[in-house]
Amino acid sequence: MYRYDAIDRSLVAERVAQFRDQTRRHLAGELSEDDFRPLRLQNGLYVQRHSPMLRIAIPYGLLSSAQLRKLARIARVYDRGYGHFTTRQNLQYNWPRLAQAPEILAELAEVGMHAIQTSGNCIRNITTDHFAGVAPDEHVDPRALAEILRQWSTFHPEFAYLPRKFKIALSGAATDRAATLLHDIGLYALKNAEGELGLRVIVGGGMGRTPIIGHVVREFLPWRDMLTYLEAILRVYNRHGRRDNLYKSRIKILVKALGVDAFRAQVEAEWEHLRGTESTLTDGELARVSAHFAPPSYEPPGDEDQALAFQLAADRAFERWFRRNVHPHRQPGYRAVTLSLKKTGVPPGDVTADQMDLVADLADRHSFGELRVSHEQNLILADVRERDLLALWRRAREAGLATPNVGLLTNIVCCPGGDFCALANAKSIPVAEAIQRRFDDLDYLHDIGELDLNISGCMNSCGHHHIGHIGILGVDKNGSEWYQVSIGGEQGINAALGEVIGPSFAAAEMPGVVEGLVEAYLAHRTGDERFVDTVHRIGIAPFKARVYGEKREAAHA
Amino acid sequence: MPRHVIRHGQVIGDIWQVLVPREGESPATAALPEGPLAVSLDVWKARREELLARSSPVGVRLEPADDPAQIAGDLPRLALVAVNFPKLADGRGYSTGYLLRRRYGYRGELRAVGDVLRDQLFYLARSGFDAFQLREGADAHAALPSLRDFSEAYQSAGDARAPHFRRRAAPAGAAS
Repeated sequence: MYRYDAIDRSLVAERVAQFRDQTRRHLAGELSEDDFRPLRLQNGLYVQRHSPMLRIAIPYGLLSSAQLRKLARIARVYDRGYGHFTTRQNLQYNWPRLAQAPEILAELAEVGMHAIQTSGNCIRNITTDHFAGVAPDEHVDPRALAEILRQWSTFHPEFAYLPRKFKIALSGAATDRAATLLHDIGLYALKNAEGELGLRVIVGGGMGRTPIIGHVVREFLPWRDMLTYLEAILRVYNRHGRRDNLYKSRIKILVKALGVDAFRAQVEAEWEHLRGTESTLTDGELARVSAHFAPPSYEPPGDEDQALAFQLAADRAFERWFRRNVHPHRQPGYRAVTLSLKKTGVPPGDVTADQMDLVADLADRHSFGELRVSHEQNLILADVRERDLLALWRRAREAGLATPNVGLLTNIVCCPGGDFCALANAKSIPVAEAIQRRFDDLDYLHDIGELDLNISGCMNSCGHHHIGHIGILGVDKNGSEWYQVSIGGEQGINAALGEVIGPSFAAAEMPGVVEGLVEAYLAHRTGDERFVDTVHRIGIAPFKARVYGEKREAAHA
Repeated sequence: MPRHVIRHGQVIGDIWQVLVPREGESPATAALPEGPLAVSLDVWKARREELLARSSPVGVRLEPADDPAQIAGDLPRLALVAVNFPKLADGRGYSTGYLLRRRYGYRGELRAVGDVLRDQLFYLARSGFDAFQLREGADAHAALPSLRDFSEAYQSAGDARAPHFRRRAAPAGAAS
């Protein structure tokens, strides 16, 4: 993974000093809350229901075991012994104290971490495929380009006060695991017929209040032009994006208002001034950064790897976990492993300090000391020897990290919701838990097969409900909490937005509603069709009839 | 007490007057005070010849929505371009600074005015600004160290520093 050099270290240290002074001035009454707000936000500090929330950047989801141990230590010393992994591959602490935030950031800096630009109207943490570099379906490893983007966007002076937040995702595999169609800018790395590396540039996608699938602005941008082209897009947006209405200020609204062709024309006109200038990337720079992501020293496959087949045959629980939580790897004899943070009864994405320490040990022992955070809020050990899987599974299971539910209904993606978040209209964690409890029969769960269930506590869509096969959105109606259900959303290369099935439900009804949707699916599915495929084939009417038929009439319209 | 500005890293007295027509006042007829004078874009467009004929320095003050291309041809004759930041969070002026310096080659004083605080100075300086008039009541002397918040920068911007990857010792054989 990328290792900080002297420049990276001094910039992060200088940021800690800058924020320490800003916090001191704020606490001394020299810097008002209004003036302090954008500064603390660009250092990851929100003011939440109970205390500040501190969001730590995990650039493109990649962590070392030493960094994870530091996160565990911070959870113990400054928080309540746990943290929460987010859908943007970051980590949040829910209980830090404002006065201690500079101390926390100083500790993070010791291991090359920070909270820079994890909030605020600036370019946020760059996200990418959690299987980058190991996935068999990958044609371009996106990590070096992601790191180049991290550096370019960090403290970019012109784009720190944009109309609104700005999210960039990068993918280079046949299956788009980074949701490039649903970001302010999505970059999909590919090679052209001549074998040259380029990027499909997608602009104006996003979830939130106005979910939109992004538009392709350029089919093939040579990789050397990545920074100049992004600069052109950001400049057009910074100058012309709306600033009068919070809900209309994302770039997707600008693209929609201008029309994609007019938007593209503006970007291309701006880019004409920039193309070929000093921000044009060099082979030397790509080589320098790529060297940080060289494959680890894999061992050649040996006879002992044959043991896996016997182990799988001998242990049904291990086999079940293997089928769901172990993923193919391009290196023979190796696999990628998902450690599930979706155990029933634990808020999705939450992890204790002890679990973090254990995962750090597992990473050291089995995966070259590195791990990844997925946008589905799980942890990934990307380079595990097949013969280590059984031992790894046993230790993960003891720690509650081996729920065999990746890709299944109980692998719920869920924001912190009304229990923590000041923006939320409704709680999301208790709804997730109630649904997990209803589907606690593993055989049934596996029979249902692949099903993405996403829950957001409000329109900001942090739980990505628009792209859930089943999406649940918390809404406020006259001061009480209701849940709107959509189906047919999908992530990936064929990203689709879910369609709302009808009037919303009370929290207590939600497990039954999901059960009804699943039963409708099981009644109509053909072959190995997934839930979402059935929805796309037969439409939402049969699902609606199943769910609302029983209610007779929509009481909460 | 005279107003102060930060210019080239020092606190100095401000010699400039600013003319922005009041509501209902016509740009074509508003009275032009004596001495160095910066005017809003509408006054500049209405009174360009008259202003250039004066013996004292002239400047233009741009609002966030003003397109700096409109004064690009006049820049060699302007001693000051002020860019107004009516709200700290309105970042359009950063792009204005970039365009004036890098696209239109402006070399005179580029001043950030309005809701400007010390915590914005580093980014403003990197966007090409060399003068800062802080929000009323802010301590300009106390703000000076903020210009040096960071010793390095990764990317190129309005201040024309080359991106860091171009300034690294290039490894042998690296070509662009």
